[in-house]
Amino acid sequence: MEHIVIIGNGISGVTTARHIRKLSDKKITVISAETDHFFSRTALMYIYMGHMKYEHTKPYEDYFWKKNRIELKRGFVKTVNHQEKQLEFTEGDTMSYDKLVIAVGSKSNKFGWPGQDLNGVQGLYSKQDLDALEEYAPNNNTCKRAVIVGGGLIGIELAEMLSTRNIPVTFLVRENSFWNGVLPEGESEMLNRHIKNHHIDLRLGMNLKEILSGENGKARAVVVAETGEELPCDVVGLTAGVSPNIDFLKESGIELGRGVKVNRFLETNIPDIYAIGDCAEQHEPIGNRRPIEAVWYTGRMMGETLAQTICGNPLEYKPGHWFNSAKFFDIEYQTYGWVFANKKEYETHFHWKHEDDTKCITVAYHKDSKLFLGINTFGIRMRHEVFDRWLTEKRDIDFVVHNLSEANFDPEFYKKFESQVLSEYNNQSVSV
Amino acid sequence: MSTLDKNMSLTSEAPDNINTVQKIGTFIGMLGLFIIVLAGFNVGLPNKGLWLTIALTALIAGIALFAKGTYKNKLEGIKNDGVWFKSISSRGYLAWIAGVGLTGFYIVLYFFAELLGLGVNGAENTGVVALFDPLSRLLSGNAASQWFVYGTLYTVAILAFGIKFLMKYKHNRYEQLRTVSVMFFQTAFAFMVPELMARLNSDSFSLPYNDLKNMWPLNYYAFEQWRVDQFINAETIGLVFLLFGVLSIFVVSPILTYKYGKRWYCSWVCGCGGLAETAGDSFRQLSDKSMSAWKVERWVIHSVLVFSLVMTVATISTYLGYDASKYWLTKDMFLIGVAVFLGLLFAVIWYFKKEELAKDARYGAIGYLVVVLSLITIHYLSGKELFLFEAGKLRSLYGFLIGSVFSGVIGTGFYPILGNRVWCRMGCPMAAILGMQQRLFSKFRITTNGGQCISCGNCSTYCEMGIDVRAYAQKGENIVRSSCVGCGVCSAVCPRGVLKLENDSMNGRIDSNQILLGNDVDLMDLVNKN
Repeated sequence: MEHIVIIGNGISGVTTARHIRKLSDKKITVISAETDHFFSRTALMYIYMGHMKYEHTKPYEDYFWKKNRIELKRGFVKTVNHQEKQLEFTEGDTMSYDKLVIAVGSKSNKFGWPGQDLNGVQGLYSKQDLDALEEYAPNNNTCKRAVIVGGGLIGIELAEMLSTRNIPVTFLVRENSFWNGVLPEGESEMLNRHIKNHHIDLRLGMNLKEILSGENGKARAVVVAETGEELPCDVVGLTAGVSPNIDFLKESGIELGRGVKVNRFLETNIPDIYAIGDCAEQHEPIGNRRPIEAVWYTGRMMGETLAQTICGNPLEYKPGHWFNSAKFFDIEYQTYGWVFANKKEYETHFHWKHEDDTKCITVAYHKDSKLFLGINTFGIRMRHEVFDRWLTEKRDIDFVVHNLSEANFDPEFYKKFESQVLSEYNNQSVSV
Repeated sequence: MSTLDKNMSLTSEAPDNINTVQKIGTFIGMLGLFIIVLAGFNVGLPNKGLWLTIALTALIAGIALFAKGTYKNKLEGIKNDGVWFKSISSRGYLAWIAGVGLTGFYIVLYFFAELLGLGVNGAENTGVVALFDPLSRLLSGNAASQWFVYGTLYTVAILAFGIKFLMKYKHNRYEQLRTVSVMFFQTAFAFMVPELMARLNSDSFSLPYNDLKNMWPLNYYAFEQWRVDQFINAETIGLVFLLFGVLSIFVVSPILTYKYGKRWYCSWVCGCGGLAETAGDSFRQLSDKSMSAWKVERWVIHSVLVFSLVMTVATISTYLGYDASKYWLTKDMFLIGVAVFLGLLFAVIWYFKKEELAKDARYGAIGYLVVVLSLITIHYLSGKELFLFEAGKLRSLYGFLIGSVFSGVIGTGFYPILGNRVWCRMGCPMAAILGMQQRLFSKFRITTNGGQCISCGNCSTYCEMGIDVRAYAQKGENIVRSSCVGCGVCSAVCPRGVLKLENDSMNGRIDSNQILLGNDVDLMDLVNKN
């Protein structure tokens, strides 16, 4: 029986395993150095915040794996020997495979800052990161202040987490507005205000120079590059993005770039070795996508696709219309299609913001043809199915704005804003 | 795990220090409780009316003030920080104290009411019950009973914790409206109206205590002889009530459940649901989400339904039998009617919805139908008052096991340990009926928003009915479950806007296909082929 070995029990690896089991009787082993069972990485923050326990973050009950004959192995793969088709673990034991799936995910970026490896300095990606945070920032006695470096999705999540334990947070953001590499100006600025409303000490346009060591090799303070200011703190969160966690593959002969290089079939340069999820890097970007997509949803899609290929039905990774979502403190964010912070030359935006400063939408469209390109929505839930359809049907902005109520997904009895959006749209159209 | 667990102790890290407003709230609330306890020790409080007013006001004000302290200075949003760190909401020490206290209260209430000061054999009330006399006299004109004490405290709890819930969900209009609704139905329909109606009673005219919204079979004594006789004797008004009781089961409820799902009752109207959603809100995350719990749930709740059905049929047919001259409905007609109705109901479900029933549901349905019909047949043929068991004994067994122990002692007493909807999920026969219809004949569903689910588990964790919502959402599947009471909290706590409670057309309501949008269309076809 063919033995499929999957390194990594995150959403990508586990989705692959589940779908291979649906399609075949192959022997499946999932390896993880992180946890015994699959859990939802996106829910780590809620454990620290006390919304859930670790047990609640597991999407499948523990009996699921045995019942579906998916073997779980706890261990850290040290080397991949593709000639012998064998893995070697740090413990010294080995495992043979017929097909290997690399789904090892990411690690937090560290850019060589002095003091970046001190105790109390960490990213927020793995279960171990969460455990470390519990150790160094259990409360505001042990952790009198935390400094977060890097203004992206993980940075703001970490800020929210720490603030639920009343730990003062200073948030150093390199850009002059929060996440403005991705979000258009109006949205980014609304979030700046929302972050400050949550009593986060947001410092825009600030970089980390170094982290100072105190006793026992523990972080004591952060020095800001621009001002030279020394910020005393007990925990430093490094949240300046993530990159593929592939150091163990350096000598393996598998072609690497920033990630594991794969073609559209998610195959590496070595036969029978595949890579998916955060750690896979496409030779050529697909459409407007980045070559490395470190997103929950794309990991899931790659897993489903690869399972087909492995089970004898070779299939290209062909993601549909782009979508994503996040939550910034109390403000939910969804995006469908493409809305660029730095507009493409053909792109124009329509922006509407509610007076309460917690809801806004931005619709991107083609400046000539008026073709609908994408939407960002904050504080108003929208239907994925509707926007997916409108993108496929190549609707124009007029149609989208006039039919926005069809896409509304807010709970029943919520106040509706479509008419406000429409009148704002008509005003702006007139004035242009 | 170990480092994590270590930090989850009582003394911890969670922001569980209470602020000044919360302290004042605690003091005032405890003062109210203290007055009631004092009364229990028969301290001769003068001017009971005044003291009762102080006690009840203090209870409500204390709880509301505590809530204000909790949520003031917080922006609108989800307020679940530290739920699993706080002792009271994570089965800690306070939870056990509260659980034991509540359970004790229920045992005393149901089985040892004289300990509360209930005057037996015409004696004056003393203790706690006496404290409530002035209010009872004001409303109904009669002295209080232990049930009046309970009803008052129950209403106070729904009002006070309802205020807390309104503050907690100030950003969510669905939650707000639903909560105002249960507060209203409890105060008006369950408490004020029946008490005031009692004023109409005289030597020549008497109506039973009648909470209009409390339908059979949740109200398991709805059609007992003493009640039916009272209704009949009260002529027009009584018959209207009796007719309303029957209509609400066979007409009103099916229509509303078809249009809105069982939530119209369970989380908008029902008193049990009202208490669970308000006072029990802090315990919703304690429900068991495992597959095995779901299996137990299905067998237990439907067994209770069959039990209540058999008990009711036995009771009614018994008095129809020996008091035949009083009713136009004969025992034979009644029994045949019940058998025909159940048979037809079963046939309709089997014909239209067989494919939607799981294997165990089919076996269960057939099994139960056979049991019920054969009991009726035996009873019919034997022609005696016996229903295999004597109806009266069946009735008191039901009252004890289901009415008192299950719904009261376990259902509410164990809130802090088992979660706030144990009764509704495992025991309520009304919920079983509404659930069956919700699953098979209703427009209600929880819609999953395409492929946006990140499997975080907030929805499942905060589902008070123990539904593993995530299991559906992460597959892009709508959630259509008989147990869902439509509280809307899964939708509220979802950080990605994935869930929406809706009433929409029956077509495509249950689609077990994996529709993860944003994916390759061809791939989705392949995935769904299997």
